[in-house]
Amino acid sequence: MSNSLIIILLISPLVGFLINGLFGKWLKGNEKLSGTIGALAVLVSLICSIIAFVNVQGSEKPFNEVLYSWIAGESFTFNIGFHVDALTTVMLLVITGVGFLIHVYSIGYMHGDEGYTRYFAYLNLFVFAMLILVLGNNYLMMFVGWEGVGLCSYLLIGFWYEKQSATDAGKKAFIVNRIGDFGFLLGMFTLFAVFNSLDFSTIFSGAEAKSDEIVFGVNGIMLATLLLFVGAVGKSAQLPLYVWLPDAMEGPTPVSALIHAATMVTAGVYMIARSAVLYNIAETGVVVAWIGVLTALFAAIIALKQNDIKRILAYSTVSQLGYMFVGVGVGAYASGIFHLVTHAFFKGLMFLTAGSVMHAMANELDIRKMGGLRNKLPITHATFLVGALAIAGAPFLSGFWSKDEILHSAWGSSKAIYIIGLITAFLTAFYMFRLIFVTFYGKSRVEPEVASHLHESPAVMWVPLAILAIPSALIGLLLGVGVHNSWFHHFTEKVAGFKGEALEGSAIPFMIISSIVGILGIAYAWTRYKDRVPSAEPTNALQKLVANKFYVDEVYNTFIVQPIKNASHFLLWKLFDTGIIDGIVNGVAALIRVIGGTLRRLQTGLVQVYIVSMVLGIVLFLAYYLFFA
Amino acid sequence: MSLEYYLILSALLFTIGVIGVLIRRNAIIIFMCIELMLNAANLAFVAISRSLGQVEGQLFVFFVMAVAAAEVAIGLAIIVSVFKHRETINVDEVNSLKG
Amino acid sequence: MNPEMILFFIFGAVSLIGAIAVISFRHPIYSALSLIVTFFAQAGLFVILGAHFVAAVQVIVYAGAIMVLFLFVIMLLNLGTLSEKGALTGKLKGVAIILGILLAAQGIYIAVNALNNTEVGSEAAQEKAAALTNNPIETYDIGELLFSKYLLPFEVTSLILLAALIGVIVLVKRENQTEN
Repeated sequence: MSNSLIIILLISPLVGFLINGLFGKWLKGNEKLSGTIGALAVLVSLICSIIAFVNVQGSEKPFNEVLYSWIAGESFTFNIGFHVDALTTVMLLVITGVGFLIHVYSIGYMHGDEGYTRYFAYLNLFVFAMLILVLGNNYLMMFVGWEGVGLCSYLLIGFWYEKQSATDAGKKAFIVNRIGDFGFLLGMFTLFAVFNSLDFSTIFSGAEAKSDEIVFGVNGIMLATLLLFVGAVGKSAQLPLYVWLPDAMEGPTPVSALIHAATMVTAGVYMIARSAVLYNIAETGVVVAWIGVLTALFAAIIALKQNDIKRILAYSTVSQLGYMFVGVGVGAYASGIFHLVTHAFFKGLMFLTAGSVMHAMANELDIRKMGGLRNKLPITHATFLVGALAIAGAPFLSGFWSKDEILHSAWGSSKAIYIIGLITAFLTAFYMFRLIFVTFYGKSRVEPEVASHLHESPAVMWVPLAILAIPSALIGLLLGVGVHNSWFHHFTEKVAGFKGEALEGSAIPFMIISSIVGILGIAYAWTRYKDRVPSAEPTNALQKLVANKFYVDEVYNTFIVQPIKNASHFLLWKLFDTGIIDGIVNGVAALIRVIGGTLRRLQTGLVQVYIVSMVLGIVLFLAYYLFFA
Repeated sequence: MSLEYYLILSALLFTIGVIGVLIRRNAIIIFMCIELMLNAANLAFVAISRSLGQVEGQLFVFFVMAVAAAEVAIGLAIIVSVFKHRETINVDEVNSLKG
Repeated sequence: MNPEMILFFIFGAVSLIGAIAVISFRHPIYSALSLIVTFFAQAGLFVILGAHFVAAVQVIVYAGAIMVLFLFVIMLLNLGTLSEKGALTGKLKGVAIILGILLAAQGIYIAVNALNNTEVGSEAAQEKAAALTNNPIETYDIGELLFSKYLLPFEVTSLILLAALIGVIVLVKRENQTEN
């Protein structure tokens, strides 16, 4: 592996971004070219990633090269450098692989959109930022990428900026992410205080020696890991900062697939896996695992009563991210990352199929207005079914392998987490198949106008679906057979901090149990929704609570957003800004005006008045000179 | 004959010039008063020149006269020009610089 | 009281009276004529001081050229008697006269006292002045100095006059253009 390979890998999307971003005006008439440039840029990265992946397999040590020194201080240096190991290449493959397919899909999906070139520019910029995030060899570079993907997420959620709800969702995502990013920043500061460096190599090799270092009165590493986890909670939409992700579905569907399902939201999981050494020492994984499992359950419950196809998928994403945090939290880093990979494929697939449905249904999102689409959209139906089976944990599909690994590892750590996880698995299977039965089966409830031109998507859209469906189904089988002794575990075992997790018993009983749970969920969904429409009105208090997402948004709005708004309005704006700041500025101006108004009377324009003053000056000067000097 | 007398005379002439500049409104008379002040200075120059026995004093009077001639030429041209614009040469009516 | 003293008081009195007349007359013509009187009296003072060249230039340049220019402009503008009522009457006039008196007092103070400690008032200077009375400064001396040591200032003077000439032409010519 060489520097140039990494640089090409990294720069290619940037070049795509620059071409589409700077010359978009001239490319506007030529959608094919614009989209091809965007997709090609990612394809180059994908090829480089595969080469890097092959190289990493053979090497003992991680590739760690410093490109140049970015900020050089007296006692510290921040470098632009790359760190490539098994974990990095896994992420690279997910980002560029899924990313490439989604770019191709977007060529068809965004056809005819006003901001076509802008869309591809943002998408390429996102890939670039995400690559920085995973390639950096220090926390600062990771943070640069972290902020970069946040920015692109904001830009893409609010892509249709003429829609009020889209801009609001963009702002919400950005602001909520700021809270997490603030934690990340503080975590970085803490790490710097402990290690005087942000380089992975320095920190991981010195972590053992500094495990008792006290910063701000508490254990430094523990504090750092908790603060970094705050960052992950924001970015990966965990409790209590998950609220932005469902709203983020306002963006174009491929964006939801790429950013808000497959890659960006998993950055938090990646970050914790990357910092595995620190979490092992600080033993704060239990916090991560509990937050993760509670989020998984909570989001799954909310998903039960949603009727918007993309929002169901969004809550499902939040829930699955919770699983990943359980994995990395209990120390099963490889399993967590494995679930990240499989999830990227099947959730990306499901979002794209949802996009395909929307495409066919003239942007209809409400599943109650669908039904019986199976016959009209056979490919979409088939691919969605693959994705749903995968996420539900149907035997031998990818979700089955990755989720069971996590649950098995969780059992060894805490029985309670395992049980909640199992309940969530049941709920997951249930709400996913509720979605499928209501959308694709039963009688058609499509409005006649829409039904008349109901059609399967063009090849440029369904081919990526078909391609994605294959790994969604098989990647688990390919990489996960053998469970904790699988190829994937061997591949990632050299990553710093990836240790064997505490396991109890054989994996096989767990697999059987969760398969049964998954199938039960599907079956229950079948009995309830095979030919029934979800009722419009919730019937009892509990259902109402769930349908309204536990009123979390309302609670946040009342107790956080409004007080801050009021404080900003009255305290910051009225009192501080208008009162004090403007008061000072205007006061100075008024004072000068008064002085000036007085002084301008001296400027009579009468030359003799000036001469009188001059003579007075001469007399005074002479008097001083003659009598006092 | 003492130097002081000449200097006192010079001071008096100068002061009369200053007062003239301050109290008269007619620009031409103000100009004359300025000439008066220059002459007072010339007188002091010549008197001190004699006291010190130096030629330079008289030389400077020569220069002062040359400058005065130039100044009068320009000044009177300006007065003529102002008069053409404003129909007056009263300095208190020419007050465009009033703040 | 020697003849020089008598002449000094006569010429001094005439020039003072002339100066006061300049600032007192209402009509500019009278002021101008009074100024000529003052200039002549000053030329007389220069003669007493032995500065014959300066006296001649005073008469030719000031009383001759410059004052003719003044008279010329006064007649050209044909101003007549001017009212002295204006913004400056009253307070400012009083202030001006008080300032003038103070200035005069300071000048006299300088003339009487301050010179005691300077080179001008020194004994050596007094002797030199006494010697000079017998051996006055000739025009020849002035000319020699002017064209040797002070050649550059002399030439610069000519430049000033040239600039004044051009300036006057520009000022007057622009007026003609705007009128046309």
